[in-house]
Amino acid sequence: MMEKLGGVFNPSSPEMEAMAGLTYYIIAISVVILAIIVVAVTYIIIRYRKGSQDSSEPYQNFGDIRLEIVWTLIPIAIVAVLFQLTCSTMKAVDPPIAGHEPDVVVIAHQWWWEFYYPKSGVLTANEMHIPVGERLLLRIESIDVIHDFWVPELGRKIDAVPGHTNHIWISAGEPGIYLGACAEFCGTQHANMRTRVIAETEEEFNEWQKQELVVPKTPRSGIAAKGAELFQTKACMNCHSIAGTPAAARIGPDLTHLNKRQTIGAGVLTNSPENLTKWLVNPQKYKQGSLMPNMKLTDTEVNAIVAYLEALK
Amino acid sequence: MSNKIPLVPENLKPLPALGENQGMLSWVASVDHKQIGIMYLIATMVFFIIGGLEALVIRTQLAKPEFDFISPEVYNQMFTMHGTTMIFFVVMPFLIGLGVYLVPLMIGARDMAFPRLNALSFWLVIFGGILLYYSFLTQSGPSEVGWFAYAPLSEKPFSLNKGPTYWALGLLATGISSVASGLNNIVTILTMRVKGMTMRRLPLFVWMILVTSFLLVFVIPIIASAFAMMLLDRLLDATFFTPAHGGSAILWQHFFWGFGHPEVYILILPAFGIISEVIPVFSRKPIYGYEFVAGSTVAIGLLSMGVWAHHMFAVGLGNVANLYFSLASMLIAIPTGIKVLNWVATMWGGKIWFATPMLFATAFIIEFVIGGLTGVAIASVPIDWVTTDTYFIVAHFHYVLFGGSLFAIFAGVYYWFPKFTGRMMSETLGKWHFWLTIVGFNMTFFVQHFLGVMGMPRRTYTYQDFPYWGSMNLLSTIGAFVLAISVLIFIWNIRWSIKHGKKAPDNPWNAWTLEWYTTSPPAVHNFDLVPPVRGRRPLWDLAHPDQLDEPNSKVV
Repeated sequence: MMEKLGGVFNPSSPEMEAMAGLTYYIIAISVVILAIIVVAVTYIIIRYRKGSQDSSEPYQNFGDIRLEIVWTLIPIAIVAVLFQLTCSTMKAVDPPIAGHEPDVVVIAHQWWWEFYYPKSGVLTANEMHIPVGERLLLRIESIDVIHDFWVPELGRKIDAVPGHTNHIWISAGEPGIYLGACAEFCGTQHANMRTRVIAETEEEFNEWQKQELVVPKTPRSGIAAKGAELFQTKACMNCHSIAGTPAAARIGPDLTHLNKRQTIGAGVLTNSPENLTKWLVNPQKYKQGSLMPNMKLTDTEVNAIVAYLEALK
Repeated sequence: MSNKIPLVPENLKPLPALGENQGMLSWVASVDHKQIGIMYLIATMVFFIIGGLEALVIRTQLAKPEFDFISPEVYNQMFTMHGTTMIFFVVMPFLIGLGVYLVPLMIGARDMAFPRLNALSFWLVIFGGILLYYSFLTQSGPSEVGWFAYAPLSEKPFSLNKGPTYWALGLLATGISSVASGLNNIVTILTMRVKGMTMRRLPLFVWMILVTSFLLVFVIPIIASAFAMMLLDRLLDATFFTPAHGGSAILWQHFFWGFGHPEVYILILPAFGIISEVIPVFSRKPIYGYEFVAGSTVAIGLLSMGVWAHHMFAVGLGNVANLYFSLASMLIAIPTGIKVLNWVATMWGGKIWFATPMLFATAFIIEFVIGGLTGVAIASVPIDWVTTDTYFIVAHFHYVLFGGSLFAIFAGVYYWFPKFTGRMMSETLGKWHFWLTIVGFNMTFFVQHFLGVMGMPRRTYTYQDFPYWGSMNLLSTIGAFVLAISVLIFIWNIRWSIKHGKKAPDNPWNAWTLEWYTTSPPAVHNFDLVPPVRGRRPLWDLAHPDQLDEPNSKVV
């Protein structure tokens, strides 16, 4: 069986279908034009090759203005059609925002994504949940350098530019996980600035939002309690936030509900207690250049912090 | 005698001439356009090898998913240096150098208008290249922010290493060199043509160099100012491009692409010029539609300065601006298409001799059309939103710059080598070079179209093991090594032919422009006597006095 191809071969939203359709159409026109040129050149190569004994000069033809006019007008017509298609596709994909408030604020950081839902107050990282079949407005921002938010199967690219706010519409036709990535070169770990959009039913989405808003209880006993203490004393809280604790920095991803996310490090590791342990022992091993330093924690400290993060429910 | 002050003053003192057997000094101290031209070609060959090795490092790292051949930092340095080297130190100086060698010969002049400025231009390129590559010796290595050096990534506090500073200084030096070359070409072409060579009789290569030179003079100052601002930001804590302190990140992009898009035409127009010389000679026919080929060049030159923001469709400039830049970019397809069709029409009905220059010129048409068609596609905003910053774009511009500019450069080297050296290049090695280039080039870049539309972003040092990504990338990497072999053959051919090539007559291809009238290689003073120019093909007219191109023109 053919494995499923991504990108324009699997458009999964009305916006992406419009753009993929236009892409196919233009590629078809291009293939026809290329075929004409290739056939003409091939014919010339066969027909007008100079014979080895032939030293006479061919007929000296300097040109014909009628032909020049014809092959100026034909490309003009093609460009006109292409431009018309461009306009109509843009209208479908990227209508004006006209006073809409954003459903999600996407904030790009070197090298991870922060998602804030202003209508509910949910704050999460790297994985964006959306209800299926609904068109959401995203506001795209950056706090450091230029990034680009891109989920190939759902829609267009849009730059996240510091000091400049952008908006795009996003939707998904079917429930599923849609992988995305930063598309503008943004430094050392540009390659591992991945994201995923999790499209789910209205009920699942509402349930997810409710779960995300739960303020977890801080563990009072056992190794997890030790981890909670380490989190405050080992400088974790200088960058990360956890709801219901003094940790409120937004330099690194919010970790309140980290244990419900699918990946660690914006997509470099699958999220599991084992991988979280590996990550905390040395994040630089899995994401060289990441702004999360190797904190030189002992094994006991790492285990305690993992237990704490896993206990947050 | 008129009392007008001549634009190019005569030298009161003769230019210093060195005796024979001065060795290297006769090159280093030279102000002769032919020697400077050859030095340009040799220098760009060295940079071509360096840039090619960087490409091989990139392709090796991408040979399989999640490979760790090199670190992310080194990968980022490699693609930054590869792009910068190939654009600013290979294609651009090669074409300028070819112009420096050929323009005076083609217009029947003794030298460039300003020979000393010409030498300064060359040595500034070398100085810029040394500055750029010196950054390898600094503790943190060369720049790793890409050839486009987007702010604020290229600024403090995101790039604290010295790489981008060396990068900007090196390119500033070559920028000054380019403006000087442009001015020198413009004055040379406008004032030093031999009697009878009107603008309507100018060889098309010279026409394209002229338009390119105007582009150099108009657009290089934009990027030179931007480099100065970037250096002020980096060295003196100015904040032109730092949003955190009131600067603008987008302003850099406007400056960069305001230069960067015309730059694309600076890299391709002289290549069109080479093709417009080679195709007629090997088809044994005059160029079809001379006025349209020359006029469309002027049209491309003008349009090229009004399309820069098609590199910025994802920036969020608003869709009204996007649509303007989209339409303007598509319009360039029209003069470009006119050129392609005129080349095909020139071949039509000819008696074509497929020597190596013509092989490359013919392949150029096909490869360039592929790059041109994808170029029109991505001028459409929604397609750009899908493909920008993916491997589709990498494929597109390699079809234009490699399949276009470099194929033309190869054609040009095989074509003019006999004139430069007095020896023919080996046709056998030339055919090996040609066919390996065709295989390697298409193998490397064609699959990248698919990788791009399937969602593989550019400038990533690693990628996940999605369906077919690994195999397509491996194919591309193998292609790159095939290309490397073809380049080795090319270099070997040059080396071998300089010493052992067949002795070349003055006009081995039976061509028609003035450079083929003088000896191979030309004497220091170029011509003992320039033949009368009474049409576009002076040497045709000499050989066919009963079949002049312009039978009614007066003999001067």
